[in-house]
Amino acid sequence: MSAAAGTALAASCARCHACGLLARLPIPATEGARCRRCGAELHRRKVRSLERTWAFVIAAALCYAPANILPVMTVVSLGKRESDTILSGVIYLLTHGMWPLAIVVFTASIFVPMLKLMILVFLLVSVHRRSDWRPVERTRLYRITEAIGRWSMVDIYVVTILVALVRLGNLATIEAELGAVFFGAVVVLTMLAAESFDPRLIWDRSQTRSS
Amino acid sequence: MAKCRRCQAVLRRSPRDGLERTFALALSAGILFVIANSFPFLSFVMNGQATETTLLTGIVDLYRQGKAELAALVMLTIVLAPLLQITLLLYVLAPLRWNRVPWQLPGAFRLLRHAEPWSMMEVFMIGIVVAVVKLRDLASIVPGLALWSFVLLMLALAGAASSFEPEAIWERVEGRS
Repeated sequence: MSAAAGTALAASCARCHACGLLARLPIPATEGARCRRCGAELHRRKVRSLERTWAFVIAAALCYAPANILPVMTVVSLGKRESDTILSGVIYLLTHGMWPLAIVVFTASIFVPMLKLMILVFLLVSVHRRSDWRPVERTRLYRITEAIGRWSMVDIYVVTILVALVRLGNLATIEAELGAVFFGAVVVLTMLAAESFDPRLIWDRSQTRSS
Repeated sequence: MAKCRRCQAVLRRSPRDGLERTFALALSAGILFVIANSFPFLSFVMNGQATETTLLTGIVDLYRQGKAELAALVMLTIVLAPLLQITLLLYVLAPLRWNRVPWQLPGAFRLLRHAEPWSMMEVFMIGIVVAVVKLRDLASIVPGLALWSFVLLMLALAGAASSFEPEAIWERVEGRS
């Protein structure tokens, strides 16, 4: 498959980020050109894509450790307090013979956020290095990252539902803990990171090199 | 179906009667949204005593426990984003059905595109399954009317979102002007 053929950019065009119309850019590249259909500002690529993606990725990585170390919820039962982290929740499911669910929660809460961060760092580094290695596969990696991020919210919802359902006065209540806040931050930040990254950069770099 | 020559991503699908179908699904989603938010969602039954919860109960509890950020995140992803999606779909599609162009169409498209990734009802369903399994030994959990509406709402909204084609609407609007 040849990717070297004309791109919109080479023809001095860009797709409007808001409505998708292919628009011609003014020839001496000036800022502030607008889409004739919807009036949004035209950009060749997402604005400051790499910087913004790095910022979100770093922030997410910083939240990743407390999200996994701190407890996400505490079960208060007859005066006893028992805290659960994400991992201990998975182990609970596993030791109670619910291994299909244990796999789902492990994948969604521990594996996916880490995988997402690693893929994004890999893509960022590959764009910085102007790599022309397997652009199709790298684009596919990006699309996977974009699609799977939302599934990490499962644990946040589990905590929400448990908190709502278990309120038996002195008998048992469940409290959300700080770990869940960090965990939510990881999900939101990685989603914003994926949204900031412009996959066309993967192709730009490989083309400027080959031409 | 049009695909990107370079990376094979789907660029455009043209479903039959796209507009009518999307409108019907969005309208159903709107009705189901009201039901899902006004009836008991899950009930927790222990020793014959039942605690009923609605979709909003958990959010309110998180807020009361001083976890306002979490409450906001859950509120955004299972209530506000879906509501915004439904409202905007109806706002765009209803006038078009009667051959009018909605005011601020580009703004509506833009908001809709930003709301979509934050609408996570299908993830919430998995959360319910995990929570119910975890409480299995403690009490019995009885699904309420709102839970079934929520499942249907999730399907209707997913259908509406996937059959919604802004490009086809742009062509209609521009073709007339």
